[in-house]
Amino acid sequence: MTEPPETEMTDSSPSTGTGGTEPQRPEPPAGTPVRAVTAAADAKAGPAADSNARLVRLEDLRAFYGDAAAVRNVSLDFPPNEVTAIIGPSGCGKSTLVRCINRMHEEIPGARAEGKVLLDGQDLYASGVDVVAVRRAVGMVFQKPNPFPTMSIFDNVAAGPRLTGMRGGGLRERVERTLRGAGLWEEVKDRLDEPGIGLSGGQQQRLCIARTLAVEPEVILMDEPCSALDPVATLKIEELIAELRTRYTIVIVTHNMQQAGRVADSTAFMLTGEMVERGPTDKIFTNPNDQRTEDYVSGKFG
Amino acid sequence: MNGTDAPVLPPVSPRRRRTDRFMRGLFGGATIVAIVPLVLVIFYLVQKGLGSWSIDFFTTDPSGKFFGDPGGIKSAILGTIEMVGLATLIAVPIGIGVAIYLVEYGKRGRFAQVVRYFIDVMTGVPSIVFGLFIYITLVLAGTGGTAFAGWKGSAALALLMLPIVTRAGEVVLTLVPDELREGALALGAPRWRVIFRIVLPTALPGLITGMLLAVARAAGETAPLIFTATIVKGSSLDLNGPMNSLPAQIFSDVGQAQDRLVARAWGAALTLVLMILILTTLARVVSRRSRLA
Repeated sequence: MTEPPETEMTDSSPSTGTGGTEPQRPEPPAGTPVRAVTAAADAKAGPAADSNARLVRLEDLRAFYGDAAAVRNVSLDFPPNEVTAIIGPSGCGKSTLVRCINRMHEEIPGARAEGKVLLDGQDLYASGVDVVAVRRAVGMVFQKPNPFPTMSIFDNVAAGPRLTGMRGGGLRERVERTLRGAGLWEEVKDRLDEPGIGLSGGQQQRLCIARTLAVEPEVILMDEPCSALDPVATLKIEELIAELRTRYTIVIVTHNMQQAGRVADSTAFMLTGEMVERGPTDKIFTNPNDQRTEDYVSGKFG
Repeated sequence: MNGTDAPVLPPVSPRRRRTDRFMRGLFGGATIVAIVPLVLVIFYLVQKGLGSWSIDFFTTDPSGKFFGDPGGIKSAILGTIEMVGLATLIAVPIGIGVAIYLVEYGKRGRFAQVVRYFIDVMTGVPSIVFGLFIYITLVLAGTGGTAFAGWKGSAALALLMLPIVTRAGEVVLTLVPDELREGALALGAPRWRVIFRIVLPTALPGLITGMLLAVARAAGETAPLIFTATIVKGSSLDLNGPMNSLPAQIFSDVGQAQDRLVARAWGAALTLVLMILILTTLARVVSRRSRLA
């Protein structure tokens, strides 16, 4: 374990392994993974001009529920403007891992985390770090769409800025901008005053993504965002992820290996709380280094 | 192989048919036994109470005359509304505050569990004990310059309402899905904003129901009032003076050897039941609108 420099690391090459090329964010190494579904691949562009994505680096992260360890000594990079998928069987700790990144893990009674989570070099677990500020920088989309039931579509999106005490006008513009960003604007622009829970499941999930975007995070965590959705709604979310990639760092936990194949630049495989292997998505699925990864992706267990 | 008309499944045995009929009769019978007294109560209330209702009944105070016109129940209605109103203003904010503490902060902690235990005990305390407590601490001490006072009656009622409001509030707040709290916290909202902007609005209908049930309960209580606010004739808007109330008026009238006073008790009882009925109906309407439960 080499001690990482405590300096800003805006441009870092992840473990995928090209030497650091100069301009903002290098594309993944030559021969970007060949993807089965092209819808997402079409949008694989470099970072947008207004990208505020940041590098997330886990160093020796350990997470516990009481005395039970759920995540064991994981070190991992999530490069900016990339989609990183975390796969693994149920109970392997992948959800716990992402919940450590925005410090939601500690909301569960008895749960705690040790180690470091660095956001462009700053440790989110250092003393004096405001947990509220962490969550504004690192947004999260949950497994089950959870729009606020008492609020209209508009208010649901506006809830982000309102709940975080953001001041200043332009709320309407911000809501429209984020709804467009979440690909929902055309579907809801004529009924912004209707309750958010009146939307379909897929629309609700995109509403929740819009709500997250409205706070202007730098990193977006997605905890099985499509597991409650049908294939059509899932495809829309995946297309959206491909677009969001140009502006954010995205970490997606998924049960669905095909989904990882469609949306992720790189994929990490977890088993019983440990990080088994991480690499470019097509390598993980076609030619993994570890036998356990091979067994999992080929459906021998999990 | 089967005979052409033989059924595939056997018919219901006579024994099971008998058992089924017996059980159905047993539970139906229990329901009827329970409902007969309830219907009789309402029947007698309406039959005996309605006769004493008139405009004067609601607009005059008790005259205090044993013979002649006994007067109406204006002071009792007014006193009940005033004292229950004040008790609600005291008990509801505190009770909901406690419920928020238990659900959002205390959770499964030791202190929260102790508080829950005391609330359960308080729910079971007979109402006369609350009256006695206020009698000893506030009435005998002459706090506020007077012995018996409407606000002391309110204090006794508030003590009675507090555990009801808290318990109902805790149940409703627990029903608010954790996903909503997590969603709001993950946006970077401070906990107090999550409580005020997400949890309370979501739970509001249930909180109102709990409040109205506590109000209905307090409105019908006699014991905490007779030795805190006592029983008087005149209408009063002064909460620092003695105050009449419907249950206390009924208690006083029903023991009199004078038919007109007993008739007034029936009229007052019908009034009280109607007031509580309205509140309960309101509670049901509100809770039906609830997005939870």
